[in-house]
Amino acid sequence: MIFSDPEIWAATLSMAVPLALPAIGGTFSERTGVVNIAMEGIMLIGAFFAVTFSYWTGSAWLGLLAALICGGLTASALAWGAIRVSADQTVLGMGINIFAAGLTTFLLNTLFGFNGTPINTPKLPNVSIPGLDKIPYIGVIFQNQSILVYIMIVLVIVSHWFLFHTRLGLRMRSVGEHPLAADTLGINVWRIRYFGVILSGLFSALGGAYLSIGVLNGFTANMTNGRGYIALAAMIFGKWTPLGSFGAALIFGFSTALGIVLQGQGISSNLLQMIPYALTILALAGLVGRAVAPAADGIPYDPRRS
Amino acid sequence: MEIVDLKKWFPGVKANDGVNLTLCAGEVHAILGENGAGKSTLMKMIYGLLEPTAGEIRFMGKTVHFRSPREAIHAGIGMVHQHFMLIPALTVAENVVLGDEPGRIRFDRKEAQRRVYELSEKYRLAIDPSAKVGTLSVGLQQRVEILKAFYRKAKLIILDEPTALLTPQETRELFSIVHSLKADGVPVLFISHKLDEVLEISDRVTVMRAGKTVETVETSSATPQSLANLMVGREVVLRVEKSPAHPGEPILQIRNLHVRDAGRMERVKGVDLELRRGEILGLAGIDGNGQFELADAIAGLLKVEQGQLIFDGEDITRWSPAERTRRGIAYVPQDRQLDGLVLSFDLVENTILRDFRKRPFAKTGVIDRTAASRYTERLIREFDVRPPDSSRKASELSGGNQQKVILAREVSRDPLMLIAAQPTRGLDVGAIEGIHRQLVRLRDEGKGVLLVSLELEEILSLSDRIAVIHDGRIVDIVPGAQATREQIGLLMTGSRGHSEVSLP
Repeated sequence: MIFSDPEIWAATLSMAVPLALPAIGGTFSERTGVVNIAMEGIMLIGAFFAVTFSYWTGSAWLGLLAALICGGLTASALAWGAIRVSADQTVLGMGINIFAAGLTTFLLNTLFGFNGTPINTPKLPNVSIPGLDKIPYIGVIFQNQSILVYIMIVLVIVSHWFLFHTRLGLRMRSVGEHPLAADTLGINVWRIRYFGVILSGLFSALGGAYLSIGVLNGFTANMTNGRGYIALAAMIFGKWTPLGSFGAALIFGFSTALGIVLQGQGISSNLLQMIPYALTILALAGLVGRAVAPAADGIPYDPRRS
Repeated sequence: MEIVDLKKWFPGVKANDGVNLTLCAGEVHAILGENGAGKSTLMKMIYGLLEPTAGEIRFMGKTVHFRSPREAIHAGIGMVHQHFMLIPALTVAENVVLGDEPGRIRFDRKEAQRRVYELSEKYRLAIDPSAKVGTLSVGLQQRVEILKAFYRKAKLIILDEPTALLTPQETRELFSIVHSLKADGVPVLFISHKLDEVLEISDRVTVMRAGKTVETVETSSATPQSLANLMVGREVVLRVEKSPAHPGEPILQIRNLHVRDAGRMERVKGVDLELRRGEILGLAGIDGNGQFELADAIAGLLKVEQGQLIFDGEDITRWSPAERTRRGIAYVPQDRQLDGLVLSFDLVENTILRDFRKRPFAKTGVIDRTAASRYTERLIREFDVRPPDSSRKASELSGGNQQKVILAREVSRDPLMLIAAQPTRGLDVGAIEGIHRQLVRLRDEGKGVLLVSLELEEILSLSDRIAVIHDGRIVDIVPGAQATREQIGLLMTGSRGHSEVSLP
């Protein structure tokens, strides 16, 4: 039976990483009141620059750092447009997605030519936690996973604690619900929103880097393949909470893993590849539980007119 | 606090043009004025949201210039806004401490709840610190706002139109809070346009008109008539003048009506009621007892679960709102901004909202702007809508003028019946007078008028008969001429018996 095979759970966990990280990032952004649909584009940027710098410097860790910096910068552009000039956040996000797809493809061709990124690009290590691998079944799931899987698990817990149990987390949530009320209490709405959006950029870039130097060690054009959008669905599915986003990412990850496993069973692979996307549509249509967005999500705040 | 010759000029408008006010320790000082008299502008200047053009504000003996609410809060000014500055998704404690939370990095939720609990004990504002604000009643939300002010060590409390959204009971509770604040020596600035409240709660009243403070009087020496005259600047008719009604045939018969609200809660639980031509039937009740769901159901905005609506001899129970409109039902909904107008449309578009399909406003599916504008301008003149400009967006009008536009649209279609839900909510004395006169005129023309209102005074002064609704059922129907405030108030609580208890 396929469900008793720990391999499918290992694959689920691994597939959840590039969904959970941007989903948690999106949670931070939207909790402060900025709609972020640019996760897809920021992931691409993260994935590309991770590979590039990993190859140039010979260190996957420096590649990861470069991915975070580039993702943060891209998110800053989104933040500036959304916060400072009150631009339409959906249009802005789409713009970044299209820009990122074009930019990474262009740079891939100009920097690396038609052969693509070199096969000797270093990737992040896979690790097994000593002791954990001794436990039957569970040990197999965690055996030889990318280090980013463990980082993700830590980030999920820290993010949840941060958003719901710290002063800054409380302020972030207040700004996303009622910025004018927060402003009259002396909270700097714009600064908190910048923080939330840039944080989302860092998480998305991390998710992108996982694809290019965590699972693989190379970049192909448009390699995120819509994961940024599925992450958006995971965020909504998870009711704008880090733990919920992670849970939703696991469900989507499982459906992807299931697709891969069932491929060997004689079911059309094209049909199976639809599973995560069909689930996404269901989640976005609100069929899976009622989700309430932060009240001021997507609404620019201008302190001068109140 | 002392305010000396304060002025605020906007381009083309003198919003405040000479405001003088002295607020003494431990007094409840009311500022009374019609909408647009400059009360809000004054508040915004005191609270640091606007900078004065000229004049000065002195607080605790020093001249102050607040550039932001932050500075005003810091100086000890506590403001309870008309539209609360609360975050529904957060708890009471979180709302109160926000911006000045206990804890270092971690938010110390326990400590926050403890502090809020202590404050609520100290000022006798009973509330559960761990409740989500969104689940609280409006009256309790207001307490949270007052607690917010005290948490920031306010030395002066400004209440901006505090009763606008409250039920009569909640208003009582607010007044007892104000009394206890006064007993503690906290001065309260009470902004309102409601005469009876000001008379009841304040020690002194300052009346504002057209941006100026007209006069400050001791409340004990003031009467409703004297204050109303000061507010409006002329003799005002407070009591509606009307001749006896000549009710005719029933126009609307409601039979065993059951209605659920949008959240599927049963709100109307078997109402039988009859409205006749040529009468005003007042529907009195405490907010949330099904009166507005009943009104929506008659207009066709809510589905009837069970029972019948007979209008002018026809069963309209399953008719669409548009069919009912065509048949002669006019509706002034409770929420004028949400259900009464399309705020982003101009006045022409709003006045033809009911009939835009028909001649003369449309020919073969194309709207005739010229004909529509001509019609709108006529209504603007007849109903004295200000500013008299049909190209204005509905959102640019004051509440009173928005209401005039709705009433003009509904009444000018020559309906057989009008349902008016809270037709004067939030309006000032002058505008209320005009709207009341319109309702009486409709009645005298032989139309049926169903007046749904939370204002007991309004029901008592207008209605020929008064039906009292409680928990979705009609408790009793009494003739308007004999009804007393106490009697109706008692019925509103659902008790039918003639007990000796009289409401305050």
